[in-house]
Amino acid sequence: MKLLVHLFGTTVFALVIAGLLSLSLTPLMGQAMAGKYDGVTVNVMTFTGPQIAEPLQRRAPDFKKLTGATINVITVPFSDLYTKLLTDWVTGTNSVHAAVFAPQWMVDYVEPGYLEDLTDRIAKDPALQVDDIAPFFRDFSMRYGGRTYTITLDGDFQMVYYRTDLLEAAGFSPPETWDDYIKIARHFHGKDLNGDGKPDYGSSIAKKRNAQSYWMVTSVAACFIQSEGTKQGAFFDTETMRPLVNNEAFRRALEVYVETTKYGPPDEINLDVGDTRMLFTSGRAALSLDWGDIGTLAIDPKISKVQDKVGAVILPGSREVLDRATGKLMPCDSERCPNAINGVNHAPFAAYGGWSGGINAAAPKKVKNAVYDFFSYMCQPAQSNVDVTIGITGFNPYRISQFENLDNWIEAGMSRTAAENYLGAIKASLNSPNMVLDLRIPQNQRYQQIVLDTAIARLLAGEITIDQAVKGIEDGWEEITVELGRDEQLKVYRATLGW
Amino acid sequence: MMQKRSATFSEWTDQRAPLVFILPAILIILLLAIFPLIISLYLSLSRFKFVKGGFSLKFIGWLNYEKLLVGSQQFHFIGSFGQLTPMEMAAIALVGLLLLWWLIRYFRQGPVTVPGLLGRLILTAGLLSLTWLVLFVLNQKGFPGTLVVTLFYVFFGVLIQFCIGLALALLCAQRIPARNFFRLVFFLPLMVTPVGIAYTFRMLVDTTKGPFAPIWEFFGWGAIAWVKDPWAARWVIVLGDSWQWTPFMFIVLLAALENQPRDQVEAAIVDGASRWQIFRDITWRAILPVSITVILIRIIEAFKIIDLPNVLTNGGPGIASESLTLHSFMAWRSLDLGGSAAVAYMLLFVSVFFSMSFINFARHRLKTA
Repeated sequence: MKLLVHLFGTTVFALVIAGLLSLSLTPLMGQAMAGKYDGVTVNVMTFTGPQIAEPLQRRAPDFKKLTGATINVITVPFSDLYTKLLTDWVTGTNSVHAAVFAPQWMVDYVEPGYLEDLTDRIAKDPALQVDDIAPFFRDFSMRYGGRTYTITLDGDFQMVYYRTDLLEAAGFSPPETWDDYIKIARHFHGKDLNGDGKPDYGSSIAKKRNAQSYWMVTSVAACFIQSEGTKQGAFFDTETMRPLVNNEAFRRALEVYVETTKYGPPDEINLDVGDTRMLFTSGRAALSLDWGDIGTLAIDPKISKVQDKVGAVILPGSREVLDRATGKLMPCDSERCPNAINGVNHAPFAAYGGWSGGINAAAPKKVKNAVYDFFSYMCQPAQSNVDVTIGITGFNPYRISQFENLDNWIEAGMSRTAAENYLGAIKASLNSPNMVLDLRIPQNQRYQQIVLDTAIARLLAGEITIDQAVKGIEDGWEEITVELGRDEQLKVYRATLGW
Repeated sequence: MMQKRSATFSEWTDQRAPLVFILPAILIILLLAIFPLIISLYLSLSRFKFVKGGFSLKFIGWLNYEKLLVGSQQFHFIGSFGQLTPMEMAAIALVGLLLLWWLIRYFRQGPVTVPGLLGRLILTAGLLSLTWLVLFVLNQKGFPGTLVVTLFYVFFGVLIQFCIGLALALLCAQRIPARNFFRLVFFLPLMVTPVGIAYTFRMLVDTTKGPFAPIWEFFGWGAIAWVKDPWAARWVIVLGDSWQWTPFMFIVLLAALENQPRDQVEAAIVDGASRWQIFRDITWRAILPVSITVILIRIIEAFKIIDLPNVLTNGGPGIASESLTLHSFMAWRSLDLGGSAAVAYMLLFVSVFFSMSFINFARHRLKTA
C-alpha cells in the first residue's frame, strides 16, 4: 500500500513538474530571446489570404514582443507566388527574405541554391519537436535530396466532405467510390439543402482555371491510376517518364470529373476553393472535395450553417485500376490492388504537401536567424495546436499529437464524434501505403499549372473532347520533358517517389 | 583673328546644339524602349532555364514562334481549325475578289509607287489571311485562339466606344440643362482602375449572387452562368471595356465638336439644311481628324487588353476569353519567358499591321474629305 502511495505521489509530482515545465517553456524562450532581434525586419512572402497569411500576421506582433523582430508579411495572388519569389531571388533583388509556399516548388528553388539548408538548425532546435511532425511531412515535404529546406506549417490532404444529416436521412453511406459520389450528388442536386426554399447543389468542387482545379482532377484520377503503393507514382511511368494520361484510367477520371460538374453550381468552372467552401459551409452543397479546411470552417459559428452536420472521408476509390502494360482498366484483385479496402482501391492525394516556410539563402545572417526562429515559433505545438483548429488559418493538422489529442478540437467547437471523424479521414490518408505524392520534379508548375490546368479548363468549358484533352496533356508534358531532359526528369521523379 | 575664331566656335556650337539638346532624349528612349525591345527579341529566340547560381538563356532560333504558329501552342494562339463550308469558302473568295478589284483600281488610277504598291500588297495578304483564319476558327468545329479573340475585343470594343462616345458628345454639345454635371458623370468611369471595373462587372453580371440576381431569377435565368458560354464571356468583357473607355472617346470628341466652325453651321441652318445634312457635311468633316486619332489610340490600347479578361473570367471558360497580352502574361508567369516574348512580338506585328493600315486608310479619307 505504502509502495502504491509512494508511486502515486511520485507520478503526481512528475506530472506536476512536467506540466509546469511545459507551461513555462514559452515564457522562458521569450526571456531568453527578448531583444535578440531588436531592429531586425524580415519580409516574408506568401499568398493573398486570409488563409495562411492570417496566422502569420496574427502571430507576428507576439513574436516581436518575444524577440524584437518585425515580421512583415507580403501577400501576392497564389498564381503569382512562384514567379514572384523566383524573380526576386534570381535577379538578386533579395527583398524577400523568406516565404511560405508549396514544398513541391522546392526543387526549382533548391537546385539554383536560393534556399537555405535548415538541417543543422532543426537538429539544434528541441523546441520545434520535429519528431512530433508526421513522417510524411518531416521526411518528404520538408526535405530535398536528403537535406531539410523548409519547416511545415500546414498538413495537406484532399478528402471528400459530406453532409451527415442529409446522407443519413436519405439512407446513403459516405461515398466509397467515385460512382457513389456521383450517385449521391445526383440524388441531392436541385433539392433545397439548407431550408431557404431555393434549390441547391449535389456537389461543389473548385474548378476555376489558374486556381486549384488541377489538384482536384488528380484527386479523382489517383485511385484509377495508382494501386500498388506510393512508389508506383501517378503522373509518369517510372521506367520511361511517359505521362500516365493516354489510357482508360485517366479517361475514366476525366469522365467522372466532367460529370460532377452537372451536379454543381452553374458557374462552378469559375469557382475557387474560397467559393466552394462558402457554398458548403452555408449548406448549399451535399458533397465537396477539398483539403482539411472545410472541417474547421464548418465549426465556425460566424460562417457555418452546418455545424456538427459535416463528415469527412478518405478520397473515394475505384474497383477498377489501370493495367500499365495495356493501358486498360482492369478489376481490382489482390495482386493489382494489394492495398484495397473492401475491393476498393483508395489513393489519397497529398495535394500541395502543406504550406511550408523556407528562407532565402542570400538574406543577411541575422535576418535568417530571426526568420528561422519565427517559423520554428509558428510550428511549435503551443502555436500550431491552436492554429490548426481555426478555419481561417488554412492550416490543417500535421503533428502526431494533433491527431492524438482531441481536447484542442473539442475546445475549438467540434464534437468528439466530428473530431474523430475529421481526424480519422486525415489519418487514413496519411497512413495509406498507397498515398499519391504531388509532383515535385523541376518545373512541376509548368506541367500542372499550365498544361494540365489549361487542358482541364478547356474540357470543362466544352471546347475540347476528353480525347483531345488527353492528347493536349500528353503532348504538353512530353514537350516539357524533352526540353528539360528525359533522363534528368526521370531521375528526379524516381527519387521523389523513394526509388 | 580673335573675332574670326569666335565666329567659328559659335558656328560650331550652333551646328552641334541640336544634337546636344536631342541626345539626352535619344539616350533615354534607347535605354527605356529600344534596348528592351532588342533584348526581348533575343529572349523570344531563347529558352530560359534556372541553373546553379542563376539562370541561362539558350538560343533556340524560331522554335518559340514555331510553337505558336504550327506547334503545341497553335490552339492557344491561332485556334483550332474547323472545316470550311461552301458558304465560307465563297466568303473568302468574295473578299479575295474585292481586294483584287481594289488593287486593279490602284493600278488604273495611278500613280503607282513602290512603297504604295508594297503597302497594298501587304494589306491584301494580311486581310485575306485574316478572313481565312477567322472563318476557319469561328465555324462550328473550330475554336478561336487568343489572336482572333483579341481582334474581336479591338473591333467591337472600339466600334461600340466610338459610337456611344460620339452620341454622348453630340448630346452634351447641346445647350441642355445640367450639361456640366453630365459631362462629369460620363467622364467618371475613365478614372476608375480597370481591376475595379472588372470586379464590379463580375458582381453585376453574376446571375446567382449579384445585385441583379432577383431579376435573372424572375426571368428564369438564375441557373444560367454566362461564364460557361464563350461568347457571353467575351461580350461581358467588351461591355466592361466599353464602359471604361467610352468616356475617353466622349471627352475628346466633345472637345472636337465644340471647336467645329460655328459660322458654317449657322450658315447651313440659315440655308435650311437638315440636322443630318449639317452633321454629314460639316460636323463629321470637322471632327474627322480627331476621330481618326482617337480611334487609332484606342486600337493600339485595345490590343493590350489584359485586366478585364484576367479578373472577370481568368481567360475562361477554357481559354475562350483570353487576350494576347493575357496569353503572354500566363506564359511569363510559368517562367516560359521565351514563349511569353514570342507572343508579345506577335502582338506587336499584328498591332503595327492594323495601325499602319488604319493610318493609310485614314490618310486617304482625310485627303478626299
